[in-house]
Amino acid sequence: MKLKYFAWVRERIGKAEETVEPPPSVQTIEQLIGWLAARGETYAHAFETPRVIRAAIDHAHVKPDTAIAGAREIAFFPPMTGG
Amino acid sequence: MTANVTIRIQPSDFDVGREIAALTGGRSDVGAVVSFTGICRGSEDGTAIAALTLEHYPGMAEAEITRHAETAMSRWELSGIRVIHRVGRITPGENIVLVVTASKHRHAAFEAAEFLMDYLKANAPFWKRVDGADGKDWIEARDHDDAAARRWTKS
Repeated sequence: MKLKYFAWVRERIGKAEETVEPPPSVQTIEQLIGWLAARGETYAHAFETPRVIRAAIDHAHVKPDTAIAGAREIAFFPPMTGG
Repeated sequence: MTANVTIRIQPSDFDVGREIAALTGGRSDVGAVVSFTGICRGSEDGTAIAALTLEHYPGMAEAEITRHAETAMSRWELSGIRVIHRVGRITPGENIVLVVTASKHRHAAFEAAEFLMDYLKANAPFWKRVDGADGKDWIEARDHDDAAARRWTKS
């Protein structure tokens, strides 16, 4: 699946997008965050406070317990500050 | 009423008068137009800033605003909506965002414009970074923006 990162999540990880294949045990958004956080220092820094991370699956906001099965694109970003 | 909904995300500035005219010109069923313009302040939390840089999630930003515009159209009797959100570098005094709503009557136009702005601030995927004298930093989300969006779901 394709992952996209925005704002300081993107800056901390050091890339805007990537394609990953998490193991079958990773089934929800919060499990995916946990799996990503264990991939290295930059990821650990980006996801150090999971409760502030927002997520979207295929351009729609989702909650941490949402299943990721079938997702084409998952995005992680901080709380929004537009307007 | 024929709905006239336009949503644009662009780096360039917009002309508020022209956007209002686009919702009122050539028709006689519009009795009220409300426009809100968000403008870049020269300071953030008491510290002077050089500029803001607006980042967005292409695709999702348009989808979120469209979804909220459709909700507004179904909730109020509106003849038109225009939402323009700028991205990229914006300096103090420049426009950031525009919401225009047109209706037969003022209440629908006022309420729909406020609803759209509240939802846009809390849910549309845009992020502001401050370019200040002492470096660059992301603006933190404010709890009262979430609360402002939530009050529209109480009914």
